[in-house]
Amino acid sequence: MSSTEMQVQVEPQRPWIDRTSSLKDTVALVGVSAILAAVANLVTGLAGLMGFYLAFVIFFVITSVIDGYRHDKVKAVDKMATALVTLGFATAFIPWASILLTVVRRGWPAIYGGYFTHDMSVTAADDDLAMGGLSHAIVGTGLILLVACIISIPLGILTAAYITEIRGRLAGFVRIMVQSMSGVPSVVAGLFIFATIVSRWKFSGLAGAFALAILMLPTIARTAEEVLKLVPEEVRSASYALGASQTATTFRIILPAARSGLITASVLGVARVAGETAPLILTAYYSAIFSTKMTGQPIASLPMYVYQNFTVGTDTALTRAWGGAFVLLTLILILFVIARIIGGRGKK
Amino acid sequence: MSAFVVMSLIAALLFFRGFQIFKAFGLDFITTSTWDAADGTVANAKFGVAAMLVGSIITAVIAMTIAFPFVVSSALFLEFYVPKKVKAVLVAILDVMAAIPSIIYGLWGYLVLMPLAAGWASTINKYLGWIPIFHVEVKNFEASPFVSGLVLALMILPIAMSVTREVYSRAPLDQIQAAYALGGSRWGALKTVVLPFGRSGLIGGMLLGLGRALGETIAVLLTLNLVFQVKFQILASAGGSVASLIASRIGEASPLELKALMAAGLVLFLLTLIVNFGASTVVARAERRVK
Repeated sequence: MSSTEMQVQVEPQRPWIDRTSSLKDTVALVGVSAILAAVANLVTGLAGLMGFYLAFVIFFVITSVIDGYRHDKVKAVDKMATALVTLGFATAFIPWASILLTVVRRGWPAIYGGYFTHDMSVTAADDDLAMGGLSHAIVGTGLILLVACIISIPLGILTAAYITEIRGRLAGFVRIMVQSMSGVPSVVAGLFIFATIVSRWKFSGLAGAFALAILMLPTIARTAEEVLKLVPEEVRSASYALGASQTATTFRIILPAARSGLITASVLGVARVAGETAPLILTAYYSAIFSTKMTGQPIASLPMYVYQNFTVGTDTALTRAWGGAFVLLTLILILFVIARIIGGRGKK
Repeated sequence: MSAFVVMSLIAALLFFRGFQIFKAFGLDFITTSTWDAADGTVANAKFGVAAMLVGSIITAVIAMTIAFPFVVSSALFLEFYVPKKVKAVLVAILDVMAAIPSIIYGLWGYLVLMPLAAGWASTINKYLGWIPIFHVEVKNFEASPFVSGLVLALMILPIAMSVTREVYSRAPLDQIQAAYALGGSRWGALKTVVLPFGRSGLIGGMLLGLGRALGETIAVLLTLNLVFQVKFQILASAGGSVASLIASRIGEASPLELKALMAAGLVLFLLTLIVNFGASTVVARAERRVK
C-alpha cells in the first residue's frame, strides 16, 4: 500500500492536450480558409454550398500545413493531421444535421391540432393536410412496444442476472449467444415471426410485438449486465453473510439495488426498436383505422405510417411521411432523455 | 437461456422452411440469379439469390470504404483532440444519432441525398468512367449501390466509431508520454502508439458495421433499385440486397416463393452471424490484450 502512495503522478498526464496553439490561431486559420474558399466559390467551378465546403476543406488543409512550416516539418505534418481529423469529424456531422433539419422542416407542415386525434380511415394519403392524422399509428406503436416490453424486459434482466449473479456453467456461452443475437438483422427476426405466427394467424400487433421483443432482448440483456456488474461485491457478501440464499440475494438485494440502471437499460431497449420498420412489414403490417385490437388483424405503427405514405409518393403523402418521421424522432429523443435522467440519478 | 433458445429456433425454423428450396435448387440457389415464381410449382419456378447476395456485399463494402476514414478521424478527434466536457456532449449526440430509425435514413437518403449523390456519381463517371466499376451503360445515376452505400456508411458510423474510440482510449499512456518525451508531435504519438495499438479494435468496429450494413433492410429498399442480375457497376441504377428482397417480395409471395424467401433469410442470417462472430472475436482479443 505504502509504495503506491509514494508514487508521484507525473505531469502532464495527458500530453496530447494542446497548450501551444491559441484560439486566435484557429480563428485566423478558419477565417483565411473561408475567404479563400469564398473566392474559389465565385471564380472556379466549385459552386454552391457544397462547392464552398469542398474548397474550404482544401484550403484549410493547405493553410494548416503552411502555418506549421513556420516551425518545422514535424509541426507541419502535425498541423495537417489535426486539420484532417477535425474536418473528418465535422464532415461526418453535416449529414446528421441535415437529417434533423429536414425532418423538422418538412415534417412540420403536416402537423396540426387534429393530427394526433384523427386516423386515416376516411382520409386518403394525398387528401388535404388538414384532414386525417396518425392517432392510429401512435396508439399502435405504443401497444406493440408495451407488449414487446412485457415479454423482453423480464427475459433480458433474467439473462443478465444469469450471467452476472447465478454465474451458471453456461454463463459464458449465453453471453456469446446474446452478443450474436444483437447482430441478427431485424428483417430476419421479422421473417422468423412471419414463419411461426403470421403464416398461421395472419398479421397482428402481437406478432409485431414478438418480433420487436427478439430485437430488444439483447440490448436490454447487455446493458443490464453492465449495470449489474456495477453493484459492489460487498453488497453480495453482506447478503450472503446474513444467511440469504442466492435467489434471495439476486431478487431482493441486487436487482432492487440496480433498479434505476435496469430501467435505463429497458428504456434504451425501447428506443432502439421504436423505429424498426422491416420486422413490422412482415408482422404487424399496416392499417389505416384506429384500433386497439392486438390479434387477428393488422395494426398501424409510426414507422409503417411513414413507409406507407412514402410508397404512395405524392407531395402531400410525402409531407405526411415526414410528419410521421418527426413524431417518431421526437418520441425516440424523449425516450433517450428519460433514460439519461434516470441513469444520471442512479449514479449519485 | 432464452437467447440461446431463440437463436436456435430461428436457425432451425428458417432452415426447415427453406429446406424444400435447398433440396430443389441445391447450390443453384446461391450461384444463379433468376427470381421467377412462375406458376408456383417447383418444376417451373427458378430462385437464385446470387445477384442479391453480391449486391448486399457490394453496397456493404462501399459503405465500409466511405465510412473508414471518418471512423478513424472521428475516433481520434473525440479521444485526443477535444476537451473532456465537449467530448461527453458529442458522445451523447452520437448515441442519439445511432438511434435514428432506418426508415428516416431511407427517407432522407431518397429525397435529400439521392439528387446530390446522383450528381457526384455523374462527375465520377465523367472522369473515371474508364475504370470498369465506375462505368455505366445508361446514364441514370439514381438508386445505385453508390447511393445506398452512402446512406449505409452514415448508418454504421456511430457503432464503428464507438467501438474504435473505446479501444483507442485504452492506448498505453506511458508509451504516449514516451513518444512526447522523445520530441514527437501529437500526430507522431498517435501514429506510432495509438493507431498500431488500436488496429484490431478498428477492424472489429468496422466488422460490426459490416454486419449491420448487410442486414439493413428499409434504408436500402428505399434507395436501391433491385435488379436480378449480378452487376459490379456501382454507379448504375441497379443493385441487390438480400434483406430488401425479403421485405419487398413478402407481401405478394406464393407459398413456394415464401419458402424461397425463408431460404434467403437463412443465407442472410448465416452471413451476418459469421461477420458478427468474427467482429466480436477480434474485439474480445483486442480487449484481452489490454488487460
